[in-house]
Amino acid sequence: MFAYIVRRLLYAPLILIGVNLLTFALFFVVNTPDDMARMQLGAKRVTPEAIERWKVERGYDKPLLFNAQADGADKLTNTIFFEKSLKMFAFDFGRADDGRDIATEIQTRMGPSLAIALPTFVLGLFVTVSLALLLVFFRTSYLDFAGVVLCVAMMSISGLFYIIGGQWLVSKVWHLVPISGYGGGLDSWRFLILPVVIGVISGIGGSARWYRTIFLEEAGKDYVRTARAKGLSELQALFRHVLKNAMIPILTGVVVVIPSLFMGSLISESFFGIPGLGSYTIDAINAQDFPVVRAMVFIGSLLYIAGLILTDLSYTLVDPRVRLE
Amino acid sequence: MGFQPVVLWTDLLLFGLIACVLLAAWSARRSEPMRDAWRRVGESSVGMASLTVLALFLLVGVVDSLHYRERLAPAGGSGDKAQLSTEVRSALDAVAAPLRTRVEKTYSAPLAYQLFAKQTLEGPDGTQRREFPRLKFGGSSLKYPEVDQTGDILGRIGIGLASAAVGWVALAGVLVAGVARSRRVPVGAAWRAIWRGKGGLAWRSVLATVGVVALLAGPLAALAVEYHVFGTDKVGQDVLFLTLKSIRTALVIGTLTTLVTLPLAVALGIMAGYLGGWVDDVIQYLYTVLNSIPGVLLIAAAVLMMQVVIDTHPQWFETAAERADARLLALCVILGMTSWTGLCRLLRGETLKLRELEYVQAARAFGVSTTRILARHVLPNLMHLVLIALVMDFSGLVLAEAVLSYVGIGVDPGTVSFGTMINAARMELAREPMVWWSLVAAFIFMFVLVLAANLFADVVRDAFDPRRS
Repeated sequence: MFAYIVRRLLYAPLILIGVNLLTFALFFVVNTPDDMARMQLGAKRVTPEAIERWKVERGYDKPLLFNAQADGADKLTNTIFFEKSLKMFAFDFGRADDGRDIATEIQTRMGPSLAIALPTFVLGLFVTVSLALLLVFFRTSYLDFAGVVLCVAMMSISGLFYIIGGQWLVSKVWHLVPISGYGGGLDSWRFLILPVVIGVISGIGGSARWYRTIFLEEAGKDYVRTARAKGLSELQALFRHVLKNAMIPILTGVVVVIPSLFMGSLISESFFGIPGLGSYTIDAINAQDFPVVRAMVFIGSLLYIAGLILTDLSYTLVDPRVRLE
Repeated sequence: MGFQPVVLWTDLLLFGLIACVLLAAWSARRSEPMRDAWRRVGESSVGMASLTVLALFLLVGVVDSLHYRERLAPAGGSGDKAQLSTEVRSALDAVAAPLRTRVEKTYSAPLAYQLFAKQTLEGPDGTQRREFPRLKFGGSSLKYPEVDQTGDILGRIGIGLASAAVGWVALAGVLVAGVARSRRVPVGAAWRAIWRGKGGLAWRSVLATVGVVALLAGPLAALAVEYHVFGTDKVGQDVLFLTLKSIRTALVIGTLTTLVTLPLAVALGIMAGYLGGWVDDVIQYLYTVLNSIPGVLLIAAAVLMMQVVIDTHPQWFETAAERADARLLALCVILGMTSWTGLCRLLRGETLKLRELEYVQAARAFGVSTTRILARHVLPNLMHLVLIALVMDFSGLVLAEAVLSYVGIGVDPGTVSFGTMINAARMELAREPMVWWSLVAAFIFMFVLVLAANLFADVVRDAFDPRRS
């Protein structure tokens, strides 16, 4: 077990290096810094001096991988790859194009992101699993059929429509909560409740149906029939046996996203004007702020890898048969 | 005035893909299990109904993919060579020319005869009044619209319904006659069999679906001749026309992406599973790296970079349509590059199982070459997984396009798509009174398309997955 975790932890930097190389290739090799400068300064009439100045300001005036003019260790460190990509491993993300420090920006924006993502996740999981159990409890009845039809219809609606419709109905017609915005402290619940509810609802269709198939598969197995035969009620069979044994496929999909909750949700944060990491990313994409996009790619991958390791660990918690070698 | 056909890259690939599907269907006829599975799809009424809806969408998309450029009349003397218009049009633009050309000034509500906002008009005697100006085209044939409009609309709906009924009866007649011929039974017997839903393919649900669509489309078309059925947008374009144009974009994204996904996923998945060793390690490393980057961010990074390439090479593209098309194709490629990992992992796992089976081991013992084993014994046994993955991906891709276009990393802003429509409509919701119609139109069409795709995917999965039958 311990050796397994160590091995996985050692594998993580290897993947992160791959991620870094990929983003490096995307951002600096496919397009040279000159191209970027030209685009940022406005496509047509750009003087070479302006491009040079733009590059010097942002530190893009160095060689990509190898600096032949520097001495000693600087040959490798005084390059774009070292300055812009490798320094991320030390969580040194540099500055955004608007001059702000990316690392502090990320720290302040993590809170609002979590404030939305965590309740959405917990509540969503609870609601969808209960709904799926309900459908399985009433399986082969009209209720189950109607539920599945409703799920398919709900998952055919784009997430954008849930948000737009919810904002329109709750905020504009009923005037229950503000349409968007964010306030610090305890008072912020008025801003958070709508995005959370909409986030939960928009996820119901796909997840409830998915959990239903998992539960159904488990509920058809012999040991469940035995449990019922020896006199357990249907509810007891569902909760004691089916739910417990269906944990592994559920955990596979669920645990891996837990660390990524820090990243926030791109769409709902920008719709509801919540100053989290998701809206930060969208703003960066729209402003073509490459340093921020690169930093977010790095953090996102880091959190995903953490999620993978957590998934493996969670298997051992719910299933004593799993041994990590 | 002549025209010159223009084949955009996405058109070429789309037609190529359709040809491939037809070819695959033709070759699948020879394989017993494939034929059985497809028969199960055909016998399912949900499957046939959703397939009919998808086919109708595909028809719109294909008509919209036949592009051409008009030849302009020479400006000077007869010595001048005829110039080509810089505007690339499609057959759909030509068919729906009334919708395309009747552009109003700005917003107008569905079926309206006047603009949505009051404007200051100057009367003939120089006095100024604020009122809703009449539309240039919508309801322009009515002299006293306040009185006549309801009657006119009802009349048109009646005409539309009648022609839809006539069309449906004609189509049903052709279909019944065809079924009667192929089964060698009298027409009456064939009709009764279809009506009771007995025997063979679920033609009844096809007829029902076509009937419902016709009852909706008939009045729609009859009204569209005179009114803007879904209203007009900010610059006065007909919203119905925009929704029809969005269909092609959605179809292109949903299907062409698989052209990139498929070869990568199949080749790498089989290689990783069958060859094992360092090949497996490298491929696993590759897809773990790709997977660990959050999808939207990877797509965003790639699209931003692609945009720089397109912007810095304007000489590659003759017309604006070609540039927008390049962006669309690039988006498909990027989506494909980022979405092959799931299928690849699935195929790798399945290949790991297959390579231990007796017949594969026997083939290996007989000294059959690896490529031959892969092509003859492994690949055909993976096809059902590939097919299921393809139909399951389609709806997800259509939905993804809307989100990506909202984020600003989707299609070219000049390309009409569900995403760009929703994005534009979002701003309009803040207006008072609200402009809701373009959002509703996009919602209806997108919902029907994605729902049909989801239902069809379920039927295909049930028919092809051996564990489920």
